[in-house]
Amino acid sequence: MTALAGAKDTEMVEKHKSASPDRVIDIEKLSLTFETNDGPVHALSDIDLKIEQGDFVSFIGPSGCGKTTLLRVIADLEKPTAGSITVNGVSPEEARLNRAYGYVFQAAALYSWRTIAGNVALPLEIMGLSRSERQQRVARNLELVNLSGFEKKYPWQLSGGMQQRASIARALAVEPDLLLMDEPFGALDEIVRDHLNEQLLQLWAKTSKTVAFVTHSIPEAVFLSTKIVVLCPRPGRIYDVIESDLPRDRTLDIRESPEFLKIAHRVREGLKAGHSYED
Amino acid sequence: MSTRSLSKSRLDIPALLAWLIVALVIVGLFSPIFRPDFGVMDVPRLSLCLVILAIAAVRYELGFMRNRFGDLMLGFVTAFAAWLLIGTVSNHPGDAALGFWALTAAAWASAWLFVERLASWKNSSKSAARLINLAIPALFGITLLALWQIVVTGAGVPKVLLPAPSEIWLRLIGSVPTLWADFRQTFLKAVLAGYAIGCGSAFLTAVLVDRVPFLRRGLLPIGNLVSALPIIGVAPIMVMWFGFDWPSKAAVVIIMTFFPMLVNTVAGLSASDTMQRDLMRTYASGYWHTLVKLRLPMAMPFIFNALKINSTLALIGAIVAEFFGTPTVGMGFRISTEVGRMNVDMVWAEIAVAAVAGSLFYGLIALLERAVTFWHPSVRGR
Repeated sequence: MTALAGAKDTEMVEKHKSASPDRVIDIEKLSLTFETNDGPVHALSDIDLKIEQGDFVSFIGPSGCGKTTLLRVIADLEKPTAGSITVNGVSPEEARLNRAYGYVFQAAALYSWRTIAGNVALPLEIMGLSRSERQQRVARNLELVNLSGFEKKYPWQLSGGMQQRASIARALAVEPDLLLMDEPFGALDEIVRDHLNEQLLQLWAKTSKTVAFVTHSIPEAVFLSTKIVVLCPRPGRIYDVIESDLPRDRTLDIRESPEFLKIAHRVREGLKAGHSYED
Repeated sequence: MSTRSLSKSRLDIPALLAWLIVALVIVGLFSPIFRPDFGVMDVPRLSLCLVILAIAAVRYELGFMRNRFGDLMLGFVTAFAAWLLIGTVSNHPGDAALGFWALTAAAWASAWLFVERLASWKNSSKSAARLINLAIPALFGITLLALWQIVVTGAGVPKVLLPAPSEIWLRLIGSVPTLWADFRQTFLKAVLAGYAIGCGSAFLTAVLVDRVPFLRRGLLPIGNLVSALPIIGVAPIMVMWFGFDWPSKAAVVIIMTFFPMLVNTVAGLSASDTMQRDLMRTYASGYWHTLVKLRLPMAMPFIFNALKINSTLALIGAIVAEFFGTPTVGMGFRISTEVGRMNVDMVWAEIAVAAVAGSLFYGLIALLERAVTFWHPSVRGR
């Protein structure tokens, strides 16, 4: 508990220094419109969002609400059509070229001709790190996701959960301060998912990274997040932003607590309202 | 009950074969095997061997020696019977009668039965299973050759139409120096050079086409056009351009192999999916890194497809190209001149060399493919 309190203290101190250096993501009046043959699709409309250093932010909403698109804009995989966005104080493109973030996709997207160690080393090879540095980082990050001993296996020899963990290790190996995760556990069963959620939370506590996490599961969002962003579709926009007051170190038991249920209820209400709005 | 009636209604091929063999042997024993009047009893060894064959074939139905030893014995007796049949018929070429054909059919049916039994063996060890997997196609080929030998000799097929395998073999070992010179000229020079240059340049062109979209629109249609050119028309022109020796044949091979390689590599380079490319983008990966670490490995199954197709195309191209002017050496040259001189056994000897060389070439590339694309779902299951 004391360690935790200490962590909170330093955070408070950092927040006091100034607002902008701690601000990891700053989005203002951001819109993105896809031009399709059936006319323009407003994927994102008038998004305002600030994410601070050390936040765990979940984007939740029904499919088509633009939560993945928002994450892709932050990652510079999509360009906004209006508004402004900075990542670490610079444009998303610059942030991407600085390798400021690690991105975890919906599927593991491991390269099947590389071993697990080879897959985790892939971004490091592109960054041009030395062999010994690569080996150190691979070993360290595989241990972090409990995959030590599977270095020489190929992805297709591993279960889906292990593959996804390897892809998280790959994102972490870049050693970014910002982790972008797009429904990373969406394809996994509930038991594996709970387990990985717990591991992810421990990891976040250990490394004090900033995490942006897309999900369509209310319990997952409430369990993981310090801040929950509820989006609604057509046009994709933010309906509600919920600051969670749950303690930072949580176990799965917290899901039975009244505080947890209260937040979950508010998220559910937000999703419902956002939906009925268009019907 | 229902499964039992189902299995009963299914054809029991081994039993049918066994009784067929018995019937055929009986027919063979009681009718003349060679014209004008030559019975099987005039060759006691053959008649004894075929009686044993018939007994070995029906032993499952009669209920004894239902084991692997019996199966192997059936195989040996079949081989011996085939050997006796080949030996006997070579003394009476063209005179085979009903009895002989019945005995031949019996030997063929028992070879079939032997393979059926072999295929049904349950093997605990992996290497034994692999051995049997190799033995079955080999037995199939040997059976085919033996039948070819027996039918051609027994029916007295003219040599010009179809020589017996034994004649082809004799010609083959009798003209090794000539065949080797032809092989070196056609395969080691024209095919290998043309194949390497054709596939290599097509690969580089594909990377270039992929990099420069303008080329994709300009160059691919031209490649298409070149591949549609008839080899019969191109070969004489190449001879005029590059002379009579092997470079003109290599040029034909280049033209034939270029397009399959180009199209497959271009398709392979775009085989990676969006997520894999996005991943490289999040690493701020440049063009070359993405090419080497993602797109080329993804393209390998496509590239090896083209390499396999081209391995046979190249040989065909080089042989056909030699029909339009060569020095007095080369597989295509030999085939075209020996056909003119009615030396069909030499033509067949060249065909045999080409078949073996082509198969080995293909097999080598297939092995290489398995080593390189071990990760691909089509390979890793095996």
